[in-house]
Amino acid sequence: MSRPSDLRHAASDGEELVLDPIACVGHGLCAELLPERIVLDDWGYPMVEPSVPSALHGHAVRTVKACPALALKLRRTASQR
Amino acid sequence: MSGRLLTGLTRSGPLALDRHVATHGPLPDSGSELIAEVLAAGLRGRGGAGFPAGVKLAAVAEGTRPVVIVNGTEGEPMSAKDRSLLKRTPHLVLDGAIAAARAVGAREVFVCASAQANTVVAAALAEREHAGRRAQPRFTLLPRADGYVAGEETAVLAHLEGRPPRPRVTPPRPAQQGYHGRPTLVQNVETLAHLALIARHGAAWFRELGTEDRPGSTLLTVSGAVRTPGVYEVPSGIALDEVVHLAGGAIEPARALLVGGYFGAWVSGEGRGLALDDVALRPHGAAVGAGVVVVLGESACAVAETARLTAYLAAESAGQCGPCVNGLGALAGAVERLATGRAASDDGERLVRWIEMVRRRGACAHPDGAARMLTSANRLFGSELAEHARRGPCARCAVASALVLPAVGASLQRAAA
Amino acid sequence: MALWYLTRGTGAAALVLLTLSLVLGVVNVRRFTSPRFPRFVVDGWHRTTSMLVCALLAVHIGTTVLDGYAPIRVADVFIPFGGTYRPLWLGLGALAFDLLLALIITSLLRPRLGVRAWRAVHWLAYACWPVAMLHGLGTGSDVRAGWLTWLSVGCAAAVGLAVVTRLADGGAAPPLRVGAVAGMAVAAAGLALWLPSGPMADGWAAKAGTPSQLTPGAHVVTTPTPRTTR
Repeated sequence: MSRPSDLRHAASDGEELVLDPIACVGHGLCAELLPERIVLDDWGYPMVEPSVPSALHGHAVRTVKACPALALKLRRTASQR
Repeated sequence: MSGRLLTGLTRSGPLALDRHVATHGPLPDSGSELIAEVLAAGLRGRGGAGFPAGVKLAAVAEGTRPVVIVNGTEGEPMSAKDRSLLKRTPHLVLDGAIAAARAVGAREVFVCASAQANTVVAAALAEREHAGRRAQPRFTLLPRADGYVAGEETAVLAHLEGRPPRPRVTPPRPAQQGYHGRPTLVQNVETLAHLALIARHGAAWFRELGTEDRPGSTLLTVSGAVRTPGVYEVPSGIALDEVVHLAGGAIEPARALLVGGYFGAWVSGEGRGLALDDVALRPHGAAVGAGVVVVLGESACAVAETARLTAYLAAESAGQCGPCVNGLGALAGAVERLATGRAASDDGERLVRWIEMVRRRGACAHPDGAARMLTSANRLFGSELAEHARRGPCARCAVASALVLPAVGASLQRAAA
Repeated sequence: MALWYLTRGTGAAALVLLTLSLVLGVVNVRRFTSPRFPRFVVDGWHRTTSMLVCALLAVHIGTTVLDGYAPIRVADVFIPFGGTYRPLWLGLGALAFDLLLALIITSLLRPRLGVRAWRAVHWLAYACWPVAMLHGLGTGSDVRAGWLTWLSVGCAAAVGLAVVTRLADGGAAPPLRVGAVAGMAVAAAGLALWLPSGPMADGWAAKAGTPSQLTPGAHVVTTPTPRTTR
């Protein structure tokens, strides 16, 4: 039986971006490297859309590594199947 | 309604041990089976977040070497219920702490409250010892930290661990990893007092009052334009105008009520048939929160109060998260400019934009509280705000504030420390 | 002979790139950004330049060890001041290399170390550069040659400017600022005093082990300079 969550899984690969708002000091490299998911707010801090489809996995990994404050993490979302 | 928590209290000082036992009965011996009872009772945390107490207890009970923290910080300036409980009926709170400790298997309890409250609690503990009570968890009393966000769960933890009282990122929650990594039950004073009664009378009794979503009674701190402001115990779900009536009635027609706390929301002075229950309040963008009800009379200026409130919330940011520090500061500036007629042409639009921009962007819920309060202010006082933006301060702006706003300087000193 | 050229050449190039890496590091930490040069580009260049320094050093060190003229063991590459041949000046090179390895390895392992530990080690970059520079001046056989003098002056000026820029962001406490500026002044004065009688004087290059045919202004001798035994 098809449920909405099945469709969501088809798009996402079970990965999400998690931001530590305390570690983040607004360097902004993340928004440069992953503009599909990260936009800077009016004060230079990232607004993160967490879902990371498999197509963006490589970019997401690079973005996480590039953060000077190590404020981003890439995490598997809990499987719903 | 015949009180539950506030039963048997007189004007003179704390309820002594023997009177306490005479009023409520002795605390039954209980262990982890209390958790199921608390779950069945549907007791929600009374500190502001309303999280189910039974779920928290169950989570902490799963860990090893748990700790219980009685959170009497009460950083909300308009709330007086927690310190009232500690000072007037300390034994009820102690009972709750002991029952909770037994339920989760904790041998240590920390009480974090004001020096005055701690004095009363210490005396109550001495009374118990004197009366030859059986071995109970070890109690340690610690002074509370100053600051609006100091009462947040993880901020209390930081304070107890000797660090500045600032929230940290969750997960992990204190129930999993708290005091020095141990599973920690951080529970509001009032919640524990309810727990003490549930241990005696059971879940069904608890549910005799209140609503499905928020069973039991609730302590409210009513202030503002009412005849007899104070702490009142009411059944959850009571209508707001009944609350005002309990507090001696309004001294003048009410423009609006601030419900929940500074992190809560303004509701109209008109629709006071509104029930004090999260389900009823949610469509109005409000929640019961910390049980604060401030009545704003029509002689006061809602715009001025909102401006003062926003400035306070901005100053009380822990200063850890960019969107909160910057966002709340920007919001305070915009509201101030709008309220005093010095607004830039796009300040109104930026206000709305920034309110959305700060939601869920912090490590704790502080920016969300400010966003909630401002959203309701915009909705209720939108036209007055526009008037102020056009014409500048009104005659009522100068009226003394109904709100207690501890000096901004204090929080700046804390930031430097 | 070819190895000797390679050693000197890669050494000079490594110093230039090390200077560039330091400058880029400061540009990065000062959060310079423009549409043409976004943050991640500056950051990427800083990292790449540092890796290039390593590559150049691999050749620089490799040729030094392989070149039988000067008795340098593999251990002397990593352990400073332990060698028999010009222990001070080569030791400085080993020290600079150790510092660079620390910088690079901790940077590669940064996700595991965390920002605090990484940053504590990364401050050593301000030690690595002067040590490398001194090594170059002391062992270098070309200091009197115009190109290397100007190169050294250029690199020193760039680093001096970078340090001043770094301190200008207001984050450093006054004692640190005063200390850094004073340190640079002392270093400049020290070099001004030492260089004329040191690397800029006659005979320094020969002491450095430069084959006499390569020493600028030297007379050609018919008998080769004796080799030091290992």
